[in-house]
Amino acid sequence: MATTSHSAALAETGTTGAQGPVGKSGGGKKKGAGRQLHAGRFTYAVLIVFTIGSLFPLVWTAIAASRNNTRLAQTPPPFWFGGNLFKNLEIAWTDANMGSALLNTTIVAGSIALGTVLFSTLAGFAFAKLRFRFKNLLLLLVIGTMMVPPQLSVVPLYMLVAELEWTDQLQAVILPTLVSAFGVFFMRQYLIGALPSELVEAARVDGASSLRVVWHVVFPAARPAMAVLGMLTFVMAWNDFFWPIIALTQNGSPTVQVALTGLGRGYIPDQSVIMAGALLGTLPLLIAFVLFGKHIVGGIMQGAVKG
Amino acid sequence: MTSSDARIAAPARKGGAALPRAGGPAGGGAAPGGAPDPREDRRRARRSRWYRRDVRWSPYAFIAPFFVFFLAFGLFPLLYTGWASLHRVELTAPTDMEWVGLKNFARLMGDDFFWNALKNTLTIGLLSTVPQLLIALGVAHLLNYKLRGSMFFRVAVLTPYATSVAAAALVFVLLFGRDYGMINWALGLVGIDPVDWQNGTLSSQIAVSTIVIWRWTGYNALIYLAAMQAIPADLYESAALDGASRWQQFVHVTIPSLRPTILFTVVVSTIGATQLFGEPLLFNGNAGATGGGDHQFQTLGLYLYEQGWVNLHLGRASAIAWTMFLILLIIGAVNWLVGRRLRKNA
Repeated sequence: MATTSHSAALAETGTTGAQGPVGKSGGGKKKGAGRQLHAGRFTYAVLIVFTIGSLFPLVWTAIAASRNNTRLAQTPPPFWFGGNLFKNLEIAWTDANMGSALLNTTIVAGSIALGTVLFSTLAGFAFAKLRFRFKNLLLLLVIGTMMVPPQLSVVPLYMLVAELEWTDQLQAVILPTLVSAFGVFFMRQYLIGALPSELVEAARVDGASSLRVVWHVVFPAARPAMAVLGMLTFVMAWNDFFWPIIALTQNGSPTVQVALTGLGRGYIPDQSVIMAGALLGTLPLLIAFVLFGKHIVGGIMQGAVKG
Repeated sequence: MTSSDARIAAPARKGGAALPRAGGPAGGGAAPGGAPDPREDRRRARRSRWYRRDVRWSPYAFIAPFFVFFLAFGLFPLLYTGWASLHRVELTAPTDMEWVGLKNFARLMGDDFFWNALKNTLTIGLLSTVPQLLIALGVAHLLNYKLRGSMFFRVAVLTPYATSVAAAALVFVLLFGRDYGMINWALGLVGIDPVDWQNGTLSSQIAVSTIVIWRWTGYNALIYLAAMQAIPADLYESAALDGASRWQQFVHVTIPSLRPTILFTVVVSTIGATQLFGEPLLFNGNAGATGGGDHQFQTLGLYLYEQGWVNLHLGRASAIAWTMFLILLIIGAVNWLVGRRLRKNA
């Protein structure tokens, strides 16, 4: 698979610049990595094995997608690419209506990411820097519901969607996930540290209205965290499965994940076509990972420390 | 509060006019007397009133979008699930609700499939969470060395996280195939007989857990790595001075410093395990939501789906949802107690 080698190249160029405390060695004693010991051969060996384990199922998805059903029903299983990749991709594309599914998923994940970032930044700013009544109570409510699984609200949501006749329409999957408690908490934690209160005060003293403060002070300060939250939300929304499979059907306007479940039905399912579909559904995010992987990694690590 | 309002409102004449809808409901003028130009004074008073209002109400405007959606699609459904669980509701006529009291719950308690699903959820939860977090800890430790290509490794271990449940489950179904799967082929190389990964109870649960482990280990490793990098270096230095080996440093410095992070990942993974749905659904191929022919890998999440959207009993599905909630609360309480215990001992 071409993607992996690209990602390797990208990551390699990425490492030449300093990133993370490990890269920036020789700094002060107090700050910096817990340990800066050079990795031995054993470390590399184990990490390479783990990396192969992480990438292999994806590579093999592409290998299986380039074969046919007969070859997949033989031992030993194929370890290298065959010649059927484009044929299978084409069948998967038409059978599962992948074009519109990919478009639907892009609209859904894009809207959710946009809404989550915007509303989380506004609310996160209010919780981080502004004073208002019931602030702590409301924040507690946000944190308390952060961990509630979607199963708990799925029945009423379904009734609501049925009542509004939204079944099979994209707003049925966009609106319920348009805001996220995690996002609010994430932005609050970030802005507490990244946005100096004096800056907000100063803008206020200069006579800026709240909207101007948000636009000229809060958004610029929050930009890195907004990007991270946007990427994480996009990935999550792209891969969401439980609610879409309830609210959307394969014949209506499915997201990629819903469309995938309908692939290769029939008496003998064609596994190579199913794999081609899986590849199509994963490829956009893999490309995003090649391009932005460094930032996504940074975002997860940053969120881990702050959260 | 008032004093800061006044301070903010006072010099408001510089850039304030930029806001087009600054008019607001300007009431009777309580303009301060003594100024030479009364009109200028009134404008200033109006502006300062607007500013006071802006300062007071804008926080609510900022949190409003979140809370509107949150109430409509988060809190209300959460509570309404409880209400629906006390009713007989069919998927075909979701507005037709018939009060049945606790009958759904009583039925659940007497339902073998429920207990089976609960047991499977716990087993798969343990099988997936424990190895996942242990491996993640080890990988994070290795990633914390000074590495060539460290960013490559970090992105690579995170790639499974970018793979959807659906895509991952579909490829693992093939890899775990009984007759032609690669895993049985590899086991055959070392002389192990083919395992029926789909139909065996423990074997199918191991297979489903493997999908979870594959998708989330790298993600957890990065979270541990972030926490490890925040450990002050002098802790290791003094440990080394005391003659601690690398392994002893890992056990006595790294692990204790990671306690809050470990607890966090345990909580998140546990919640994820409780709601496990896509992996067991798709590991069954196209054979429906039973979680295998004998329900051998049907989880609570899958059972809920089967009751609600295959058997069309939304009331019963709601009862399962609230039972799951109860289980989560118990797990949360246990986690909290363990966490407090650990903190006391630390």
